[in-house]
Amino acid sequence: MSNYQIASPELAACEVHGMTRASFILRGTLAAGAVYGMGSVTPFVSQAFAATGGGDAEILNFALTLEYLEADFYTVKGKQLGLSGQAKAYAAQFGAEENEHVTALTAAIKHLGGTPVKKPRFVFPATGESSFLALASVLENTGVGAYNGAAPSLQSKQVLASAGSIVQIEARHAAAIDLLLGKSPTPNQGFDRPLNKAQVLAKAGALIK
Amino acid sequence: MPSPPIDEAAPQPVGIVERLVRDDVDRKRFLKMAGGAGAASFGAFVLAACGSSKKTASTAAAPVATSSTSSTSSNATGDLAILNYALTLEYLETEFYAKVVASGLFSGKVGSLIKDFGRQEATHVEALKGAVMKLGGTPVAKPAGKFPISSASQVAKLAYTVENLGAAAYLGQAANIQNAEVLAAALAIHTVEARHAATLGTLVKKSVTPEGAFAAPADMPTVLAAVKPFLA
Repeated sequence: MSNYQIASPELAACEVHGMTRASFILRGTLAAGAVYGMGSVTPFVSQAFAATGGGDAEILNFALTLEYLEADFYTVKGKQLGLSGQAKAYAAQFGAEENEHVTALTAAIKHLGGTPVKKPRFVFPATGESSFLALASVLENTGVGAYNGAAPSLQSKQVLASAGSIVQIEARHAAAIDLLLGKSPTPNQGFDRPLNKAQVLAKAGALIK
Repeated sequence: MPSPPIDEAAPQPVGIVERLVRDDVDRKRFLKMAGGAGAASFGAFVLAACGSSKKTASTAAAPVATSSTSSTSSNATGDLAILNYALTLEYLETEFYAKVVASGLFSGKVGSLIKDFGRQEATHVEALKGAVMKLGGTPVAKPAGKFPISSASQVAKLAYTVENLGAAAYLGQAANIQNAEVLAAALAIHTVEARHAATLGTLVKKSVTPEGAFAAPADMPTVLAAVKPFLA
């Protein structure tokens, strides 16, 4: 599969940055959800489409920064803290998977003609297993929102497909960590809220030096 | 973007997806019409980028529907077909959880998670019905399901299978969805199915990421064949 092409003229034609007729669809969708107590998803539309004005490579570079952050957190910080039991097992497994995301995103950005961002330096405030897991929960849930927020702005369907297969893993990590913490594995109930770039940085930006 | 034409095509029988599940000939015709490909190339990009030779990368993308078929607004093509397909799956999941809750096999923390998941699937049903109607389509009728419910461990295993299939089904359609808002809604549901699947994975002592770092999509024929045993 070396033939890389943009196979989505339909998607490119969508006005994802403006409020189009289509906005009503999602609003109606969420209104239906609200009947079941899903009112919390109201800001969905603006969040989903205000993510970024850049191209696919820029979106992927933002994702790459987050993946570097997660990978470093699990593999470096996790080791420093001397985790045990399930926390240790998850840190090893999830760290390896985040590293695979880093590799894949780096390759994808190059494929798109972009320049992958360099790995930033991170500072994690975790001091023990419980604060490590609490921060892991924030990072994974933020990752889910970041991908879900940015994905509709992607122009290439192949890039979208890749982002989808990664975000599903972030969601699985988030649920596993939250269960370990005794929290709900579905903090957003039936619909995961997308986050825009500013919201993601508000949650994770302080960790990047 | 022009407003969608009123659904003036030949009236779609209610429950078309259900019929497609039951009828192989219908299903093949439908998939040909809807250009149910795209899913096949799903993940190929990442896999190609990784230099991996996983089997999902070997299926080339089949031709997408011609403009003559995709321009008609009917339940059988495009986003409406995908939404009704998802709706059928959500109906089945909702009924499954309702039966599991009624069985009384689970109590305590697990019982409460099962109830949460059932409620969330019900909100997906409502959301998808709303989306179908907003697009000018007719929501499929609720199919009658049948689920083997014998023991807690058997049900947990089945739930794990069902949720993994659901997550893979959404993933398999993401690149086929044309309307960006429908896509945003599908993504918001997709990751919740993934959370359910991971949770059930911990219950049945299976990996929360059975496919490793990259989730595998499932295309429509695969999913429809897999849910066939659950239709009464």
